[in-house]
Amino acid sequence: MEYTILILALPVLSFLILGLTGMYMKHRVAGLIGTLSLTGVTVLSYLTAFEYFTVPRTAEGVFQTLIPWNFQWLPFNTSLHIDMGILLDPISVMMLVVISTVSLMVHIYSFGYMKGEVGFQRYYAFLSLFSFSMLGLVLATNIFQMYVFWELVGVSSYLLIGFYYTKPEAIAASKKAFIVTRFADLGFLIGILIYGFYMGTFTFTPEQEQLVKCGMMLPLALGLMFIGGAGKSAMFPLHIWLPDAMEGPTPVSALIHAATMVVAGVYLVARMFPLFIGYAPETLHIVAYVGAFTAFYAASVACAQSDIKRVLAFSTISQIGFMMVALGVCTTANPHEGGLGYMAGMFHLFTHAMFKALLFLGAGCIIHAVHSNEMSTMGGLRKYMPITHITFLIACLAIAGIPPFSGFFSKDEILTACFQFSPIMGWIMTIIAGMTAFYMFRLYYGIFWGTENKELHAHHTPHESPLSMTFPLMVLAVITIVCGWILPFGHFVSANGHAYDIHLNVQVAITSIVVALIAIALATWMYARDKQPVAEMLAKRFATLHRAAYKRFYMDEIWLFVTKKIIFRCISTPLAWFDRHVIDQFMNFMAWSTNAAGESAQPLQNGKIQSYTMWFLGGIIVLTVMLLVL
Amino acid sequence: MNILSLFVLVPLLMLLGLWIARNLNQVRGVMVAGSSILLVLAAYLTVSYIGLRNGGATEEMLFTDSITWYAPLHIAYSVGVDGISVVMLLLSAIIVFTGTFASWKLKPLTKEYFMWFTLLSTGVFGFFISTDLFTMFMFYEVALIPMYLLIGVWGSGRKEYSAMKLTLMLMGGSAFLLIGILGIYYGAGAETMNILEIVKHQIPTEIQRIFFPLVFLGFGVLGALFPFHTWSPDGHASAPTAVSMLHAGVLMKLGGYGCFRVAMYLMPTGTAIWGDFFLILTTISVVYGAFSAVVQTDLKYINAYSSVSHCGLVLFALLMATRVSATGAILQMLSHGLMTALFFALIGMIYGRTHTRDIRQLSGLMKIMPFLAVGYVIAGLANLGLPGLSGFIAEMTVFVGSFEHTDIFHRTCTIIATTSIVITAVYILRVVGKILYGTCKNPEHLKLTDATWDERLAVICLIVAVAGLGLAPYWVSNVISNSVEPIISQLIH
Repeated sequence: MEYTILILALPVLSFLILGLTGMYMKHRVAGLIGTLSLTGVTVLSYLTAFEYFTVPRTAEGVFQTLIPWNFQWLPFNTSLHIDMGILLDPISVMMLVVISTVSLMVHIYSFGYMKGEVGFQRYYAFLSLFSFSMLGLVLATNIFQMYVFWELVGVSSYLLIGFYYTKPEAIAASKKAFIVTRFADLGFLIGILIYGFYMGTFTFTPEQEQLVKCGMMLPLALGLMFIGGAGKSAMFPLHIWLPDAMEGPTPVSALIHAATMVVAGVYLVARMFPLFIGYAPETLHIVAYVGAFTAFYAASVACAQSDIKRVLAFSTISQIGFMMVALGVCTTANPHEGGLGYMAGMFHLFTHAMFKALLFLGAGCIIHAVHSNEMSTMGGLRKYMPITHITFLIACLAIAGIPPFSGFFSKDEILTACFQFSPIMGWIMTIIAGMTAFYMFRLYYGIFWGTENKELHAHHTPHESPLSMTFPLMVLAVITIVCGWILPFGHFVSANGHAYDIHLNVQVAITSIVVALIAIALATWMYARDKQPVAEMLAKRFATLHRAAYKRFYMDEIWLFVTKKIIFRCISTPLAWFDRHVIDQFMNFMAWSTNAAGESAQPLQNGKIQSYTMWFLGGIIVLTVMLLVL
Repeated sequence: MNILSLFVLVPLLMLLGLWIARNLNQVRGVMVAGSSILLVLAAYLTVSYIGLRNGGATEEMLFTDSITWYAPLHIAYSVGVDGISVVMLLLSAIIVFTGTFASWKLKPLTKEYFMWFTLLSTGVFGFFISTDLFTMFMFYEVALIPMYLLIGVWGSGRKEYSAMKLTLMLMGGSAFLLIGILGIYYGAGAETMNILEIVKHQIPTEIQRIFFPLVFLGFGVLGALFPFHTWSPDGHASAPTAVSMLHAGVLMKLGGYGCFRVAMYLMPTGTAIWGDFFLILTTISVVYGAFSAVVQTDLKYINAYSSVSHCGLVLFALLMATRVSATGAILQMLSHGLMTALFFALIGMIYGRTHTRDIRQLSGLMKIMPFLAVGYVIAGLANLGLPGLSGFIAEMTVFVGSFEHTDIFHRTCTIIATTSIVITAVYILRVVGKILYGTCKNPEHLKLTDATWDERLAVICLIVAVAGLGLAPYWVSNVISNSVEPIISQLIH
């Protein structure tokens, strides 16, 4: 499998070519270079997946973990060093497929979406950089390599959110995204330091004796790492950067902020899963609680947003919460059933990447057509954009959990795992799943049904996007429809590596379908018509709540207070003042006092023989007296 | 002739050449030729050093040579290099080379400027090759004094004040240093000034207790140790571009190098006694510098405070005194030298065009001068520790090394120091967002042009060095780590 190195080499190459010579290229050439390299990556990824999963399992019944490449990059001491390499195991191979598929679709889509934009070449260069970093992250052979690429995806995200760098909102959003995730990464870094010190290695498989010896340090390290994961994956309260990140171009939101980078935190927990489950089950449950709260919080905020990308952003946060819950509810109680959540979480990551990318790309088409993100400018678009409409609907049904679309299968597994963990958790997650169906259909009806915005359409009729944009939609829609039931996911990925047959838990399935259908019906009743009296009445009746939800429960204001007021005003400004006015003034005072001492001694040296004689005589007298007295 | 002596001889010949140069082109010719020779020499030295080490050379210092200079006090011109000095020489050569191009169009008194500039380089190179305490001190002074004239004559803003302040504070440091060096000389009773000889003698504990802080502080002032760092913001703000580059890039490294090579190496007991005290000061430096940088409005002040923070990390890592952390300290010196030089070069170029360094008056430069702006973003990303650029490997080595201490005190200091990576991101992105992005509000700036060829050359050289170190740290880290070993083992016993 040595050829896997090309999966990393190709995007680096196209990044360098586009980054260094892109400005002299035509747009189309630049786009082609980026897309071709990603096509190569996709082909290689599929080939890797095919080869990897067709090799027979080992005697223990699991797929082998392969490390086709590994070299020492930065040595610290004999046991600790950062290695760079490629690790193939079921989850990394699965991620390869997800990333390359979505990334390729986004590359193709961007041809149409970014057409004629200034900085088209730069855009493709950054996309290549991102693809490289994300692939490097999932293929990491050790936790430090993961951190290296973790930072690199962070910076690619920063560059892409700030792509429209003349827009003040985009600048602010990119800065916020970077700093918030950096703050979380501090936890990650300290976690890695603890892990490295007590495990004596940065690899994912420490020695048994070290594991036994380390006591509480491993749960602590894993908990700190989870903070890093929570930052990247926008878990409450570190989620605030993600809605703002929607300032970036929409295909970027689809790729980075919906399908791949934001699930890095989930991937991190999955990567450390054997350690979590074996040595820190309590920490793992914290993951579940954080995930569940985030899922609920984001779903309730999503119900009140009016910007379609913001709705999708909160929906993403909520869905990632589902994945975290799935991982977090795993137990060792029953080897197969206890680990169901792990499989379910990974499965949901896979299906979510596809249908959420589809939703974002669809949103991109809509924004392209009406030149606005606001739901109020939309309505009745189904006539004008049939392909977008159908594919969007498919994705909505998938995320709402309606069979036979893929989201149903993955969500059903998550709910089953939750019910096994505790019925309360199961019911909470079922209700959140219902909320998901509700706000997604609110969005759907708001865009495609209801009254047309005649005023806006008067001078320009919305139209369907070009093929370069609709083609990725159709591909992703097909995947969304079939991947749930065609893919024996449990055969590839499961907690203990053994093949696992996904079987529907009929009771859970029926419950969740019923809840979803009720929610959809409610949304239809409230939002599908031209006038929406119920919705307006509710918004008026619960004005405070509605406003709070619209304002995302003031989380941004709280954070702004912490950063602007506390760090800027209460720490930095006084410190800078102290530096200039106390420390520096003290130094000046030293200089001044030396000077003053010199000045005051100066009159003594006045050149008058008489006064010198006076001092001379005086001195003799004093000395004589002293000698006599002593 | 010893290859190391060439590092002093070439700048002296350059001085001679500059003295007889008749016009600007000849001056430039001498500078380019001389600094290129130095760069080649440094590269050659690095390669042959690695070659010798791989060939099995086990002496602590290679290329050693000694010529008695003043016998009664056992002062000798003794030279020798280990991995630490080799990388420092390479760093200095890169900065001198790029600094030459960064001051390509400097006026007036170009010839005199370059003469002082070259004299300063002589001091720097001499310092790094010396193994004799007195010779080292002499070169140290040779490096410091030209700074006064370079800032006072060719500077900007409150240049006389800044030049005076900088010189006085650093001279104050050298006064401590001189006492300290004499203390070591008489305390060891070894009848030699050679570091490699002194280390074989035990300096009495009482002597170490008194003289360690003197030497450490003396060098620490130059390493921007809190609270003796205030010369740095004013000095950098007033200095001309290449002088800032050389000062932050190389001169501040003399401090860290001296602390390690002289104070800690020769006085391990003193280090044990005073280590924790100074560790607190350096931890403050790291965080304090970063926080102070957040609210500055002058580009050079931001960078100067950032240097306080980053150089604080150098001393911090040295005092952690593990092999890994000390390796990280040297890497950080190297990395900080390169990226600050890059920063100051870019700031100088932006200032040369816009005539302001106030971030409130700059905006949208990305559209106007894309080359410089991209360079600035890269410098910023290196500064905030992006993997693939030099800052990351240095910081990570420091943190991993510092974490080897298991006691609460060291752990706390380490964790406080790691928070600087977040604050760094804040002040870097704040500046990048303000001056590079957005739309240009000053119509006069719209007419400005992008970098010229000489500026591009300087910037590209530095970026290549920063990225090279960041992408392939293996060899450098190994070379440093092996050379750090004897000094650290001295500390542990």
